[in-house]
Amino acid sequence: MDQLSQLESLGIHILREAYANFRNLCMLWSIGKDSTVLLWLARKAFYGHVPFPLVHIDTHYKIPEMIEYRDKLALEWKLPMVYGENAEALRTKQTYPDGNVDRITCCRLLKAEALKNTLSGNWPRYRMNHEKGEYEVDKDTEAYTGVIVGVRSDEEGSRSKERYFSPRDTENTWDVGDQPPEFWNQFKTDFAPGTHVRIHPLLDWTETNIWEYIERENIPTVSLYYDQGEGKRYRSLGCGPCTHAVDSDAKNVRDIIVELQSGKFANIAERSGRAQDKEDGGGLETLRREGYM
Amino acid sequence: METQTIDAGQPLEHMNVVITGHVDHGKSTVIGRLMADTGSLPEGKLEAVKANCARNSKPFEYAFLLDALKDEQSQGITIDAARVFFKTRKRHYIIIDAPGHIEFLKNMVTGAARAEAAFLTIDADEGVQENSRRHGYLLSMLGIRQMCVLVNKMDLVDYDQKVYKQVVRKYTRFLKNINMHDVKFIPVSGIGGDNIAEHTDKMPWWKGDTVLTLIDKFKKEKAPDDMPFRMPVQDVYKFTAMGDARRIIAGTVSTGTLNADDELVFYPSGKKSRVATIENFNGDAPDTVPAGMATGFTMTEQIYTKRGDVVARVGDPPPHTGNVFRVSLFWLGREPFTHDKEYILKTGSERVRMRLFDTLKVIDASNLNTDGMKKKVERHDVAEVVLTTKRPIAFDIVEDLPQTSRFVIVDGYEIAGGGIIREVIKDSNADYRDKVMDRNVKWDTGNITRDTRNEAYGHEPALVLVGGPEDRRKAEFAKTIEQGLFNAGTKVYYLGVQNVLAGLDADMPIKRHDVYPEDREEMVRRLAELANIVLDAGIVLVATVSGLTWDEREAFMTSVSPMHVQTIWVGSTEGSDVDADYTIEDTASAPEHLDSVLKLLNERGIGA
Repeated sequence: MDQLSQLESLGIHILREAYANFRNLCMLWSIGKDSTVLLWLARKAFYGHVPFPLVHIDTHYKIPEMIEYRDKLALEWKLPMVYGENAEALRTKQTYPDGNVDRITCCRLLKAEALKNTLSGNWPRYRMNHEKGEYEVDKDTEAYTGVIVGVRSDEEGSRSKERYFSPRDTENTWDVGDQPPEFWNQFKTDFAPGTHVRIHPLLDWTETNIWEYIERENIPTVSLYYDQGEGKRYRSLGCGPCTHAVDSDAKNVRDIIVELQSGKFANIAERSGRAQDKEDGGGLETLRREGYM
Repeated sequence: METQTIDAGQPLEHMNVVITGHVDHGKSTVIGRLMADTGSLPEGKLEAVKANCARNSKPFEYAFLLDALKDEQSQGITIDAARVFFKTRKRHYIIIDAPGHIEFLKNMVTGAARAEAAFLTIDADEGVQENSRRHGYLLSMLGIRQMCVLVNKMDLVDYDQKVYKQVVRKYTRFLKNINMHDVKFIPVSGIGGDNIAEHTDKMPWWKGDTVLTLIDKFKKEKAPDDMPFRMPVQDVYKFTAMGDARRIIAGTVSTGTLNADDELVFYPSGKKSRVATIENFNGDAPDTVPAGMATGFTMTEQIYTKRGDVVARVGDPPPHTGNVFRVSLFWLGREPFTHDKEYILKTGSERVRMRLFDTLKVIDASNLNTDGMKKKVERHDVAEVVLTTKRPIAFDIVEDLPQTSRFVIVDGYEIAGGGIIREVIKDSNADYRDKVMDRNVKWDTGNITRDTRNEAYGHEPALVLVGGPEDRRKAEFAKTIEQGLFNAGTKVYYLGVQNVLAGLDADMPIKRHDVYPEDREEMVRRLAELANIVLDAGIVLVATVSGLTWDEREAFMTSVSPMHVQTIWVGSTEGSDVDADYTIEDTASAPEHLDSVLKLLNERGIGA
């Protein structure tokens, strides 16, 4: 088997382990390329079905194309789509674009807090009604105990210390110093009440692997990743106000792979267009300990 | 659309190598040096760290590079604390380092399990230490077959060949004891960079490899395609609610290959079927699925199988089944591994309750002597023990197929140990299990499959054993269970033990209170076989057995499936070794327990 097939098989194996072991399982879908590959792996693992909710945390500052693409795929692929949000922070304008808080606080409120309360079921979840084609309040308010996330270890420092199955305590915090052993494809699937486990099927993938796989499988991705003729594209997707396009004339998946391998991005970090990373001492570790993805 | 092609020649191979060794034996220095001397560092890094040392008037050390590179992570370039990336002309390498002291072993095991080869550093001056041995032993248990020992800090012993040879001799002797053969050694100095990327003139006696030439000589592990086929059943998918009628057996091929049209046997039951289709979501289904690939298939005959079963091919050497085995294990748990506690054993996709039955020896990793007195397996100990699982499972022994001999032990919520199965110990039911397996292999099913029957009846079949002392109470209670289940719409049948004794067992020399053990065994076998037929007909059977023992219940579980047996005990438990699912000691109050019992059965998925 080639490297991509090996990565794919391990990813599918992990997804199936998660499905077999967690009653309340969900998968986070940020709409970005990584979690879209993850979604594709789920469809492969379960033969076209996604047997658990796909959860998106909507900050309401996402680049509009992302939300369009989310709902289009959700309907087309009949995905059990769910979103959550920090309605209170949005209502009281406690956001960076409103000028009331700094970037890191904004991330904490709109992402980390929203995520924590959506996962626990404390705040309302909105689920796609496929017959009506619109979202309505989800009746299921039970906490998710297994959360599948598309992080990769090469993205930034703190992620390199992750496990495939990574426990979070009742406060959602991550104990980096004391992590479960993981060997022979046996994972931590037992957990105390109130705690949950994050599951990382893409941990070993690199940015290049992601694009190579998108190319091989012909996976649809958001147009924002490609130069539309203005010499600019997004390399990593996030909220509009804090994510900047990079100079690039890569117009398709192949162009991106070439650019990553031999071009000007070969030695520049993927998240260099994400402003909040720099404000968090460059590590994101503070945010991640508190539950950020 | 215009596409560019990159001409990179042959794509480079990828390999993970773990580096381990006793604290302060120079892992970080060796890695730092390897990075620096192969030009794998970000530009200007080496100079910056050296300048920084000069400013603070401390001597520069290559180990500082690793710390400095940790800061670099935030820009995501090449390095992080746990994995160091570098490449040679032949391969991309990830050197897996396991940082931290207290949690070191957990991290090391995690890292090493993902590696194909290992470096182990030994300080030439200090010689072989406790962790040199412990790590060597762990690497061998984890199944790492390629290892190179770096005898480091040769500068501290004046590059003396005699010192080097002494370490080699001593450590080789140890490795031989644990069956690690063909281990390479290199004398190096991390600080001086001797024999790391280039040969040194300080050790003219060394004509062998440098670290850099040796790493490229590690071989890529061959996929275990030519071994007997094994696939642990991860799940059985039937997404009927989503309009998909396929019944797909899903799993990852552990060894061997799965082929279209293969005739398969499922263990521990021994039931047979054949591959109808190999399933694939995006693209054509392959004819052959290699080892390591996640796959799924449908079958020509819908036999009952579940997560935890092991699929093998008819004609290949079969896996073992049993519930008592001798194993080697390492313990990582904070609490010791003891006899008086129940644990969970996980192997492949199987998950079963287990106990430590006997501690044969606890090995002192500091010298690999066995301490005959020690019975407690403590954190970081390596031990040879006998385990028993609550029901028989399918597995291989390490000499035959290491992949399916591996297990982990869960204590509470944590994976607390791992090990390999070395030997099956025959238990009292082993012979009967062989018979059952033979019966299952030969079983001829009608046109109505078990699934069809279950769908029509609205429930799965099951066996409810009502055990207890020899009196009428349990029969009375069993009849009320039958009535309760029947009222709820279940296809259920009550079978009193005397109906069997007077009929099926009429040829047995029975004097009610005085049965020879071997006769009793045969009677249990007959009843268990009868139960199997009734269950195959889709029915819930409620049967009474006087003085049911643990072994006898095991026999029933062997005959039908362990998942389908529930035990209710009515009467005194004195002298009984059965841990029933529900116990009513005070027989007079039995009727009051009926609702609770029916609720329990319902929770366990029994009845309509």
